Amino acid sequence: MTNYTISGSPHVHSTENTKKIMTRVIIALVPALLVAIYYFGWDALKLTIVSIATCVLAEWLIQKFLIKGPLTINDGSAVLTGLLLAFNVPAGLPVWMMIVGGIVAIGIGKMAFGGLGKNPFNPALVGRVFMLVSFPSAMTTWPAPKPLFPIGHVADAITGPTPLGLLKEGLKADGATVESIMKMHGENGDGTFIPFLDQIFGYHGGSFGEICAIALLIGAIYLICTKVIDIWTPLSILLTVFVFTGICWLVDPTRFIAPWYHLVYGGLILGAFFMATDMVTSPMTTRGKLLFGFGIGVITVVIRLWGAYPEGVSFAILIMNAFTPLINKAFKPKVFGVVKPSKK
Amino acid sequence: MNPIKTFLKGGVHPEENKFSADQPIQDFPMPKQIIVPLGQCLGAPADCIVKKGDRVLTGQLIGTAKGFVSANVHSPATGTVAKVDVVMDHTGYYKPAVFIDREEQDEWAPGILVTDELITDIKLDGKQIIEKVKECGIVGMGGATFPTHIKMAVPEGKKAEYVIINAAECEPYLTCDYRLLLEKTQEFLVGVKIVMKGVGTDKGVIGIETNKMPAIELLDKTIKEHPDLYSGIEVQPLKTKYPQGGEKQIIKAITGREVPSGKLPIETGCVVVNVASTYAIYEAVQKNKPLIERIVTVTGKSVKKPSNFRCRFGVPADLLIEAAGGLPEDITDVINGGPMMGKSVSVTSFPTIKGTSGILLMTLHEAQSRRQTNCIRCGRCAKACPMGLQPFLLHKVAKLNDFDETEKNHVMDCIECGSCEFTCPANIPLLDYIRYGKAKTGAIIKARSQK
Repeated sequence: MTNYTISGSPHVHSTENTKKIMTRVIIALVPALLVAIYYFGWDALKLTIVSIATCVLAEWLIQKFLIKGPLTINDGSAVLTGLLLAFNVPAGLPVWMMIVGGIVAIGIGKMAFGGLGKNPFNPALVGRVFMLVSFPSAMTTWPAPKPLFPIGHVADAITGPTPLGLLKEGLKADGATVESIMKMHGENGDGTFIPFLDQIFGYHGGSFGEICAIALLIGAIYLICTKVIDIWTPLSILLTVFVFTGICWLVDPTRFIAPWYHLVYGGLILGAFFMATDMVTSPMTTRGKLLFGFGIGVITVVIRLWGAYPEGVSFAILIMNAFTPLINKAFKPKVFGVVKPSKK
Repeated sequence: MNPIKTFLKGGVHPEENKFSADQPIQDFPMPKQIIVPLGQCLGAPADCIVKKGDRVLTGQLIGTAKGFVSANVHSPATGTVAKVDVVMDHTGYYKPAVFIDREEQDEWAPGILVTDELITDIKLDGKQIIEKVKECGIVGMGGATFPTHIKMAVPEGKKAEYVIINAAECEPYLTCDYRLLLEKTQEFLVGVKIVMKGVGTDKGVIGIETNKMPAIELLDKTIKEHPDLYSGIEVQPLKTKYPQGGEKQIIKAITGREVPSGKLPIETGCVVVNVASTYAIYEAVQKNKPLIERIVTVTGKSVKKPSNFRCRFGVPADLLIEAAGGLPEDITDVINGGPMMGKSVSVTSFPTIKGTSGILLMTLHEAQSRRQTNCIRCGRCAKACPMGLQPFLLHKVAKLNDFDETEKNHVMDCIECGSCEFTCPANIPLLDYIRYGKAKTGAIIKARSQK
């Protein structure tokens, strides 16, 4: 008499697993990586490899010698953290800073809390913000893109500020308006203030993974189609930023740039689709996701328009990460057959 | 055809794997000895009223219902009672059963009409129908085996508006209801009319998933051809999505009403009956034939001849497996029922009973539990839950034995469909813990209400 396995139902599984999910996100980031290599060449590739290697190695060492738990480096999450972290730095960053960032991202951002699934903050952003406040100069020195096969005009500049940084600095001068800054730095100027179209194709300064909106959106569509992420968080972020900056622009177009620039400048697309959607650190329900996105949108715009930094997506996401448990508590799914007692 | 409907909240879509869908129903030859468990329904097992040496006829009552939630048991064969003993049934426990040594020829108990002729004229009135259903030991044959007469008896002050026939068969692999719909269409439809008359309504809706188009078309056609016989019956195609056949889900899909938490379906004016039970009701009311057989699907990925058998109760499952091409070597799990809600058994010798809709043989590759990893808080379990629960949370608090929290988070509303565990990318045994939490919380609630 053979004895068969006794187990509780269900007896079949969707065969989805964490590794598959992480792999899909990594695949979705490949187009942006290719664009980065096109514009920044070996520098981008080198930093990406260093960052991924650091993250994986750091996780392996911590699991092996500190936590002494089962090795988890092959679930792909460390690779993803490394990739995202690299995407958030300028292509000219010294390698040793990248290594420090990787160690902080994995060590403090993730493993200190017990590993994947337990971290309250997005590890890659923890690493990025650590680098931003520790190495402010290196983290804001943006090499100008040098396309491998140049199409159209090429700027001569070796380094240049990002459009958002330019705007922020420019507006400090007396009598400066958005228009005058755009004219000064536009095609007739030093070429760092780029028309909208070049902007979405990535031909401008910035962290090397965030520059090309098109490549990031291709990846994002892939993620939405494979149901790794859903549209609500990014949609809520983008809409909030668009509406908020739109109102400012309508009120005073000389001090505020048009809202569509805000959507493609800086790390908004990368942050909205790839960082804010991190499952571990974002709310679970649709309503929660909408609120989460709204919060990120508002904080981003406030930092961009009135804060000390030209860019605020990383800070905004980290701040809202802290609210995630509260949002999860407040927005629970509606239970079938339970009617909420009406408030009197 | 009516427009396709579905329930909206949650749900998953497992591989359908309906290998036996095109296999006609075969009568299964009876073995020398059959073992008839006395506990074949949800609730108390029946009281045995025969003893060793008694000669029993086919269809003769051998166990009487004990208590409110219980059902009669009848002899599925003619023969001599060899012993009344225990047998390891599909639950894995030893349970009382009647062992019958069979005679070659069926001798039917008096009063049973043995004919294949279609009888469309319903002579009994509502009360008599329910009485007959009770007498004939009919239970919900989708797997839950809840006594049908209790469902059909509409409590005072309530009114049944719809009879919903659950023909969704949303469990992967199983095809027993589908074959019955195709091969006994008219009998089934008369059965629907009987249920409608029994609960006192003139509206009947048959809910079928769209992966069974031939059955939908055949039923539609038959109803149109006999408008006088089958008036008031509608065929409602449903989206192929698990658990479309959950009682609460099918009511929501068809009527848009939600069964209130902790209440019975009759609150929404619906009585839901399974296909096989409907057919059994037809046989009981029109032919006075008690429930002694059913269609059993024997299937699996490596099974040589996936089949649908008409099988009397008490036939050991291994004989059915033998007839379906034998037990493949790579089988590690044997399931009584479907892969989502069926129960695994440790031996193949368990006798078939009223709730055995299928015997599913699963390979290691398909059924193995994969390595559990950390929860990544993706929320897929909550998205998949058709009841709007948060399985990750229930899992966590059940694990901590915090039964105040399980109750607050509606653990008692869980229908144990397994969608959460099916979809979990971290392979966490969510439902195992939720079941534990549900059992404990249920006991606490019961103890509290008795105080």
